[in-house]
Amino acid sequence: MARVFSGKRPENLRQTLGDLFSYLGRHGILMLLVAIFAAASAGANLLGTYMIRPIVNSVTDGSGTEGLLRGVLTAVAIYAVGALSTLCYTQIMVRAAQKILYDIRKDLFEHLLRLPISYFDRSKKGDLMSLFTNDMDTLSDALNNSFSTLIQSLVQTVGTLTLLFVLNARLTLLVILCYIAMFLYIRYSMARSKHYFAKQQTRLGDLDGYIEEMVSGQKVVKVFNHEAANLGVFEKKNDSLRRAGTSAFSYSATMIPAVVSIAYINYAVIAIVGGIMVMNGSSDIGSLASYLVFTRQSSMPINQLTQQGNFILASLAGAERIFSAMREEPEPDEGKAELVNVMEDEKGGLVPCEKKTGRWAWRLPCGKGEPYSLVPLEGYVRFEHVSFGYAEGTDILKDITLYAKPGQKVAFVGSTGAGKTTITNLINRFYDISEGSITYDGIDLKDIKKGDLRRSLGIVLQDTHLFTGTVADNIRFGKPDASMEEIERAAHIANADSFITRLPHGYDTPVTGDGANLSQGQRQLLAIARAAVADPPVLILDEATSSVDTRTEKLIERGMDSLMKGRTVFVIAHRLSTVRNADVIIVLEHGRIVERGSHDELIAQKGVYYKLYRGMFELT
Amino acid sequence: MRDLKYVFSYIRPYRRDLVLAVALVFVECVFEMIIPLLMSDIVDIGVAEGNLEFMLVQGAKMVLCAVIALITGLMYARYAARAANGFGAGLRLAEYSKLQSYDFSNLDHFSTPSLVTRLTTDVTIMQNAVNGGLRPFVRSPVMLVMGIAMAFVLNRELAVVFLIAAPILGLVLSVIVRRVGPLYSRQQRAVDHVNGRVREDLTAVRAIKAFVRERHEAERFDEVNSELSEASLTTFKNAALNQPIFQLIMYSTVICIMWQGGNLILKGKMTVGELTAFLSYVLQIMNSMMMISNVFLMISRSLASAGRIREALDEKPVLSERKDPLKKISCGSVDFEGVSFKYFKDAKKYALSNIELHIPEGATVGIVGGTGSAKSTLVQLIPRLYDPTEGTVRVGGTDVKDYELYALRDAVGIVLQKNELFSGTVRENLLWGDPEAEDEELWEALRTVCADDFVRKMEKGLDTDLGQGGVNVSGGQKQRLCMARTLLKKPKILIFDDSTSALDTATEGRIRRALSELKDVTKITIAQRISSVAEADMIVVMEDGRIHGVGTHRELLLTDDIYRETYESQMKGGEEDGESI
Repeated sequence: MARVFSGKRPENLRQTLGDLFSYLGRHGILMLLVAIFAAASAGANLLGTYMIRPIVNSVTDGSGTEGLLRGVLTAVAIYAVGALSTLCYTQIMVRAAQKILYDIRKDLFEHLLRLPISYFDRSKKGDLMSLFTNDMDTLSDALNNSFSTLIQSLVQTVGTLTLLFVLNARLTLLVILCYIAMFLYIRYSMARSKHYFAKQQTRLGDLDGYIEEMVSGQKVVKVFNHEAANLGVFEKKNDSLRRAGTSAFSYSATMIPAVVSIAYINYAVIAIVGGIMVMNGSSDIGSLASYLVFTRQSSMPINQLTQQGNFILASLAGAERIFSAMREEPEPDEGKAELVNVMEDEKGGLVPCEKKTGRWAWRLPCGKGEPYSLVPLEGYVRFEHVSFGYAEGTDILKDITLYAKPGQKVAFVGSTGAGKTTITNLINRFYDISEGSITYDGIDLKDIKKGDLRRSLGIVLQDTHLFTGTVADNIRFGKPDASMEEIERAAHIANADSFITRLPHGYDTPVTGDGANLSQGQRQLLAIARAAVADPPVLILDEATSSVDTRTEKLIERGMDSLMKGRTVFVIAHRLSTVRNADVIIVLEHGRIVERGSHDELIAQKGVYYKLYRGMFELT
Repeated sequence: MRDLKYVFSYIRPYRRDLVLAVALVFVECVFEMIIPLLMSDIVDIGVAEGNLEFMLVQGAKMVLCAVIALITGLMYARYAARAANGFGAGLRLAEYSKLQSYDFSNLDHFSTPSLVTRLTTDVTIMQNAVNGGLRPFVRSPVMLVMGIAMAFVLNRELAVVFLIAAPILGLVLSVIVRRVGPLYSRQQRAVDHVNGRVREDLTAVRAIKAFVRERHEAERFDEVNSELSEASLTTFKNAALNQPIFQLIMYSTVICIMWQGGNLILKGKMTVGELTAFLSYVLQIMNSMMMISNVFLMISRSLASAGRIREALDEKPVLSERKDPLKKISCGSVDFEGVSFKYFKDAKKYALSNIELHIPEGATVGIVGGTGSAKSTLVQLIPRLYDPTEGTVRVGGTDVKDYELYALRDAVGIVLQKNELFSGTVRENLLWGDPEAEDEELWEALRTVCADDFVRKMEKGLDTDLGQGGVNVSGGQKQRLCMARTLLKKPKILIFDDSTSALDTATEGRIRRALSELKDVTKITIAQRISSVAEADMIVVMEDGRIHGVGTHRELLLTDDIYRETYESQMKGGEEDGESI
């Protein structure tokens, strides 16, 4: 069966095979059984064919029906073992393959979730998706078919050659010559087809990219009456893929007929040379007959390998991509401080407890005497001379120093690219700073366990993403064990309850396709409810209400203010009306803090904020 | 199966290649059948009689056959590749053309990733089915029939074994294929679930990390992963029975033939060479039956794809043009007469209810309203992106349904809320508005929307590459480029759906003033900021799919409480500085 092969070949075969074998090794016993039974099945097949000689000879050398019967009965036994082994290895292989694939998918997925945000910044989503779709698919096919085929082909090739040698050593030299010719041809042919497939792959990528972009922008296409123009571009790309595909396919499909023809020629040569040997008396006719059958059989494993060769290479290339993603360094998390719920004991000191008390503390391990010390979580966030850039050499933030006190609402304003979102990305350690220090309640951020750090911060991100599930499930995302009342209360705070109750099934309405059935504003309300239900000690709102009308925004603000009373809140917004009530407004420009103060102070300063507020200055 | 037939009908333009490919496979088979015959002659006649000359002649014939088989094989490769790739390309083109005829409601029906899969992966699967399946599909039955025929010619008595073995094998294999077919579609659904979960989590990886939900998501993934694992196991467990059963029957047949054949030789009714040739036919026949069952398994795997492709091709656009549509839009007035609208037929609630609105030509109209109040829905009815469920929308006094769609949409320029730029340069993107526009006109449009400055500052000006989806420009720059692109259409009606949200009020004000120069153009603006619409001739306040109030800024401040509250929410704190808008 021919397939579409990608032009990509594995770069580091040894390492990929090593990784793959470590997965096979997890189910070592199963794999061993597969190997044994596959070998037995191939061996039985060979031996069965070998029985032709004694049977045919028994007929001609005059041992009569009895000899025939003996031969046939042996063949029955051998074949019975063969069919049974086949049953065993195919069934075991199916199970082993599924277990291995399950493991790889699981490990890959879990590993991806552990990778730092910067990995997702530099990888294309399509490429990551393709690990799970294309690469897993080819790997799955290869595991299901190729592993046992490889063993069988190997056993058959070696076995056939040995038998051929036993039967007739001199003729076998001819057969080996033919094998070498086939092998050379296959190698040559594969090297050449690589070029064709690479070309096909580029064109395919080009067309797929165009499809992806235009399908997602199809509404814009319609609004501009651009359908016909697009069709023209598509036709061109489509046709160039067709041409590249045709040459790649027709080239790769020449391999099988070529190999088959070489085998036939070999067959003819052997028949004639063998015939001459029989006439010389150096061989008997029975041996020649079975020798010829063997010769014919000997080309079959090679045929199989030819058909699978490209395919196995393609699947190894896929496995390599999978494993190299799994070798990516996960997010560093060397912090020790943990977040715990605390309550006051009789003496007024803090003690950790299981209950949700609404009060938290950091539990710090300390060397001597006591096993730990507790630092109450209050929400002091402090940046000291922090500089940071996503790429080396280009700092987005330069020498930022700022304090946020508990109960304060700190707002960041500034143009796109000024570094507002970057600041919040640093607080929750999506990225690590290159210079300066950030402390949280006096503890260096790096000393806090990442999970606990993030659990202590409620964030509403700029891009709202919803998950498949019900509306309630999506709010519960902020707190997995939230009760229905808590969810409804959070929805109320986010002012989302009125639209939710109007949905066909209220809170049980399914959200599909990243919430395609909800408006941008409604999605933002759900994201706010998600943060509200988490009831976090510190809250970060990153353009959380940009698509919500100002009237609703005010209502949300009121709800959030009462929820977050006494706690620290960071607000990032483009709309100045959103930040006006903040205790401190920090104005960022080109990664530096240019002004800070309350709304009134900043207006009085008549600086950048004042100009922004008066609409005299452009935010881009 | 009907889906397959439907999808495979797209191979028709390549029928010539297909027929040639099939014919070549046929020829190839014939030669392959002759070779064992020649071989048996070498052994039985040549070797037995010691006739070297005969052996050489037969040998030469065999080589000739091999060469011819090679040539036909190579030619086959060419025609089959042409047919398969032509088929794939044709299918993709048909789907893409169909997609161009989709309305907004069709696009809402399919999600973007599902449409992309239908155009890419599904087509590849179908193409592979042709490319990989054609040869065994033709070859196997031919080899089967020829093999049986040859076996009968060689030895009628022995061939009777087939009459028993072949039907049993056929029956068993068809039972397996029948069982596995539906299992494949279950497996495919499980694959879709896994992919869906992965896509979702990759998109939302920041949210997952921010809420520390990695473990939870891993558990959720485990559900679909196990589901896939189980579905695949059931499928392959059944499919894998193919091989041992095939071997069992084949081996039994071989043994029967050895026994029978041996006895026949003993009785002198058969020669050794004949038995050898006969056995090789047995292998051939059995192999071809195995191939047939593999082909069927492959076809049942592609069924799901065929079904999805057909769905996309069968989707009917909802909007239709009347027979002799009007091609000229007389003026830019807009009327909504008793308009109600819902997105889905079975939706319980109307998105828009009972809208009555008259907008005169050249007017400047602002639309404000809360989140989800159906502002966007309202304006999307004007260029007939959707048809109202009840009532009539008129442009220039004529029902929009009476216009040619192309002409109507040419006359109505709309900047959508979720607007997109495409890969390519600034110029290429702007030319979407008017393919014939000179650079002079492009700059003119950029000037109107205050975008000329930053475009000029870009390294390559109009030739700057915007990257996929316009990633190389900021949100505010993107909005302005989208507006310029729409302006270049020189529409009679201009609609901005919240398309200045990322701009500061000063820039927005400049753009507004520049646009007010376009006297004959009706300008409709949806905005969050009251300041964006306060100067409009007419402001429409939407609430929950209905018109809550219509009037000027001053009128609405007095009469409309929602408008007043919105205004106050934006102005609070501003007044003490002695300045409102």
